[in-house]
Amino acid sequence: MYEPIIELNHVSFKVADKLILNDVNFSVDKGEFVTITGPSGSGKSTLLKIIASMLSQTAGTIQYKGKKIEEYDPIDYRKEVSYGFQTAVLFGKTVKDNLVFPYEIRQKLFDQDKAIGYLEKVGLDETYLTKNINDLSGGEKQRIALIRNVLILPEVLLLDEVTSALDEENKKIIGHFIEEMNQTEQVTVLWVTHNPSEVAESDRVISIINGGVKEKNGLENQ
Amino acid sequence: MDLRINNTSLIFAMGLVLVALAIVYREKLDLGKDIIIGVIRAVIQLVIVGYVLGYVFKLDNNIITFTMVLVIIFNASYNAGKRSQGLPNAFKISFIAILTATSLTLVILLLSGSLVFKPSQIVPITGMIASNSMIAIGISYRNLNGKFADQRQQVLEKLALGADLKQASISIVRDSIKAGMSPTIDSAKTVGLVSLPGMMSGLMFAGVDPTHAIKYQIMVTFMLLSTTSIASVIASYMAYKNFYNEQKQLIG
Repeated sequence: MYEPIIELNHVSFKVADKLILNDVNFSVDKGEFVTITGPSGSGKSTLLKIIASMLSQTAGTIQYKGKKIEEYDPIDYRKEVSYGFQTAVLFGKTVKDNLVFPYEIRQKLFDQDKAIGYLEKVGLDETYLTKNINDLSGGEKQRIALIRNVLILPEVLLLDEVTSALDEENKKIIGHFIEEMNQTEQVTVLWVTHNPSEVAESDRVISIINGGVKEKNGLENQ
Repeated sequence: MDLRINNTSLIFAMGLVLVALAIVYREKLDLGKDIIIGVIRAVIQLVIVGYVLGYVFKLDNNIITFTMVLVIIFNASYNAGKRSQGLPNAFKISFIAILTATSLTLVILLLSGSLVFKPSQIVPITGMIASNSMIAIGISYRNLNGKFADQRQQVLEKLALGADLKQASISIVRDSIKAGMSPTIDSAKTVGLVSLPGMMSGLMFAGVDPTHAIKYQIMVTFMLLSTTSIASVIASYMAYKNFYNEQKQLIG
């Protein structure tokens, strides 16, 4: 059944006189796995940041669950629409500090068993909880950042080239993890990526070229 | 009392400025103009303040004393605001912080009997409190600016996870409060060992017994710890919100 969770209508983004996004229209259904591709500088990351409410569009509207995102408190909205950065930065001292954070900001008790379960899903283990963040490799950091995004399940997961700097093994681990989140937990995924295998896993591909949607396939609605 | 300084001795003491100028000239430091302006300003400001304070002390009027206190707080806030490197509302925040820190500290000192409400005590003590608050706030602002730039990605990550502005900024805010308080804590540790600070030195100059003078210095140490902590806390907690826009996005 058609049930859009995110809808973009005539979204544009301009910095000074430069048009970064130009009249972007598409919608994403609940539980859908969408990849966004396009050449460097085409506006893909900007688009994702706007959907994440980390930036505001200069024209057009974005609806989440049928309501304009401006009508939500940005903090509540971001708890449901989680954004993963291209190069994750961990904070605090240990891995645990990072995994506790999503609970802390919701005044909830940390679910250590769940955290360990997720660590294992991405090829890490319990011992990582006490590891110093400075002792981790780039791939490990990215996997932990991703767990941080989904430990308390979001409705929508926005991923901005989260595997672009990683080796094939890490790409595969993260790819499987995202797929599992989408298929077993029904998390809607919007993934900016260039990786053909990640694109192949998705239900639909949206191409952004020169700030606009140039081609789409699979489910469409406008 | 054996206070023999006069205009002639001051003119000779001016030779010390020439020493500074000679160093600046020899090392090509390009600070000669600043030194000359600084010296001229210091002399003019102190002469005016000397006469104004002499008049205020003689008048011993509560309204005039309050006005002097407000003028000092206003000037300190203005200067602290200037050190904020373009932070919006910096003057307003500084004024609230310095006014609160000064008022609370003065009230405690008056209630404890450490001070008497007369201009010769209130005005100089206000000056000490306000100038230390100003320095503490300036350091806190500098730290806020620096940390929000250095830790930008961390703040963005926290926001993206759904943290509110306080949760996203709290480590930076705490760090800035700490930075604002640090010089006072450091100087408290070395007071008497490295430096004989102004209050104590002044009293000893005026012939007061050192064992009595230290009591005032102890009071000043307590007072400055209180005032810099209050000012840094208020300024840091009020200022961090200015790094975000209405959509709770990090600016810049």
